[in-house]
Amino acid sequence: MPRFNLYQEEYHPSPLENVWIEFRKSHLAVVGLAILCIFFAVAILAPFIAPYDPDLQNTNKLIIPPSWAPNGTVSHLLGTDTLGRDVLSRLLYGARTTFVSSLLVVVLSVVIGVGLGGLAGMLKGVRSSIVNHLFDSIMSIPTLLIAIVVVAITGAGLQNIMFAITLALIPQFIHQTRNFVQEELKKEYVLLDRLDGASSKRIFFTSLLPGMNELIVVQATIALSVAILDISALGFLNLGAQNPTIELGQILSQSLEAAYVAPWLIALPGIFIFLMVLAVNIVGEGLRSALRKRLTY
Amino acid sequence: MIKMFARYVNLMVITVFILVLLSFMLPYYFPGELLTNISGIVPASEVQAQALEKAFKLDKNGVQQFLFYLNNLISGNWGISSASQLKLYDEIAIALPATIELVFYSLVIAIFVGIPLGFIFGIKHHNPADFSVVTFSIVGYSFPIFWLALLFIILFCLQLNWLPISGRINLLFEVEHHTGFIFIDILKSNFENQSAALIDAFKHALLPTLSVTIVTTALFIRFTRRSTMYVMEKGYIVAARSRGFTLRQIFFKHGIKNALLPILPTMALQISTLITNVMIIETIFSWPGIGHWLIQAIYQQDYPAIRMGMLIVALCVMILTITIEFISRALDPTKDTAERASV
Repeated sequence: MPRFNLYQEEYHPSPLENVWIEFRKSHLAVVGLAILCIFFAVAILAPFIAPYDPDLQNTNKLIIPPSWAPNGTVSHLLGTDTLGRDVLSRLLYGARTTFVSSLLVVVLSVVIGVGLGGLAGMLKGVRSSIVNHLFDSIMSIPTLLIAIVVVAITGAGLQNIMFAITLALIPQFIHQTRNFVQEELKKEYVLLDRLDGASSKRIFFTSLLPGMNELIVVQATIALSVAILDISALGFLNLGAQNPTIELGQILSQSLEAAYVAPWLIALPGIFIFLMVLAVNIVGEGLRSALRKRLTY
Repeated sequence: MIKMFARYVNLMVITVFILVLLSFMLPYYFPGELLTNISGIVPASEVQAQALEKAFKLDKNGVQQFLFYLNNLISGNWGISSASQLKLYDEIAIALPATIELVFYSLVIAIFVGIPLGFIFGIKHHNPADFSVVTFSIVGYSFPIFWLALLFIILFCLQLNWLPISGRINLLFEVEHHTGFIFIDILKSNFENQSAALIDAFKHALLPTLSVTIVTTALFIRFTRRSTMYVMEKGYIVAARSRGFTLRQIFFKHGIKNALLPILPTMALQISTLITNVMIIETIFSWPGIGHWLIQAIYQQDYPAIRMGMLIVALCVMILTITIEFISRALDPTKDTAERASV
């Protein structure tokens, strides 16, 4: 049956496009996304854009201040550290390590968390209650404590820290997924699937999971900011990345000895971490409000 | 109600049991000798090793070892630190109050600053003042806390020379250890410079508290503001307004309760973040709390200390969280199970 059509072309933006339209309206969020993209580019391109080898020690040029200071030179844009290594190159490589390892941690915990959460949500009764409450309680163990135990068993190192942070991040995804699944299982479209004879597995993967994407993405941005903060904090405490690896928190802790002579050596890595976390948080916030506005259509 | 109480008690017992079991298993996974990991003593001779093995019931089976461990835990016989050879119970009894002190200060500030601000700007949102508070909040919880603390140190201690860098109180003041809480201890002990000591202790506490509380306050503002905004849009609020109640009446009668209920569990979960932050801050400011102590323990590979410290901190956090969760569930009349704030 031909429908009455007021407009020449009929086009409905897809849900994803709707999110982008709403997201774009907040300039701050777009700026955050741009910063995040820059960090992403740095993570990939660090070896090509870094002006020097980050480990190259130049003993003739120790503790040169950044180029805008009276004693700074343009050849070392952000100066050099106590061993004469170029700060900019080190920061680029450090940002790479921190960013990529945080991303990995988050992806890993999303996969495991959503899987286990789906399982817990599909379970019923006492078993589900036990799983849920136990994970709730595990969630309340501070990350640093888990990290300390993991480091005590396996020794300090970036991989071990990443493992610890993954352990600490998983429960929140389990929780979110489980709540979502249990909420949705009451609805009628799931009942329809059931009447059609779909198995629990099929219902989870084809009916529930697509609706959960956005929830997960928002939760993942929060987790990403937590992961960046934790990885750099543990690096700062010398429990994380060890020496040949360059990591922002670890750079910060190594500059401590020069805190009195060269305060910028402490300020600069911190600014990198801060910007990274801020960008992630702003994008997360923008995404969340975009999703909420979209849902009101 | 009783059924729910029983459920929470049950949950508490199970989690405590799991934690104790975990801490019992830890020394078997730590590197090094099992005997040293458990006793904290490096045996000098074969005879001493055998005696220690006997004393710690390592020759018996696992169940008996666990019961022995449980018995020791309850009677306060927590073993000795392999680094300092002091009793862990005493060391933790000194370190824990310092941490609780710091947590308490920052929580009090976060609650009395963050929550009211969240309420105010949750009601009157989208104006310049609201934007500045939201900006403060998002910047606040994006700060890497160790960097913030270092900036404070560089600014206020190294450059301006206003505040002390580390510790809880100047060592010249000989404060006796009564409760472990520095201000109470100063007030309890009687020496002539009491007010000077109080001011000194305050100066020492200022920077660590500030660094911890900025992040926590920022989070609390965010949670409260969002929840208040959500509640104030609800139908029953609009209905009350259309009947002519003032905003103040509505807010204090309906707004506060409904806004606080869903965020209470979320705030309870923040305790774990808070403890992590406090532990990092303690390390930076050499605040003699449990976090500083634990990090030192890991640098010195003091496994008995790590095991006990981990157990005690985890237990404290867990019990606190479960209690708050129980309270918020008990207060919540809607009591849809597992309903939680979507923040």
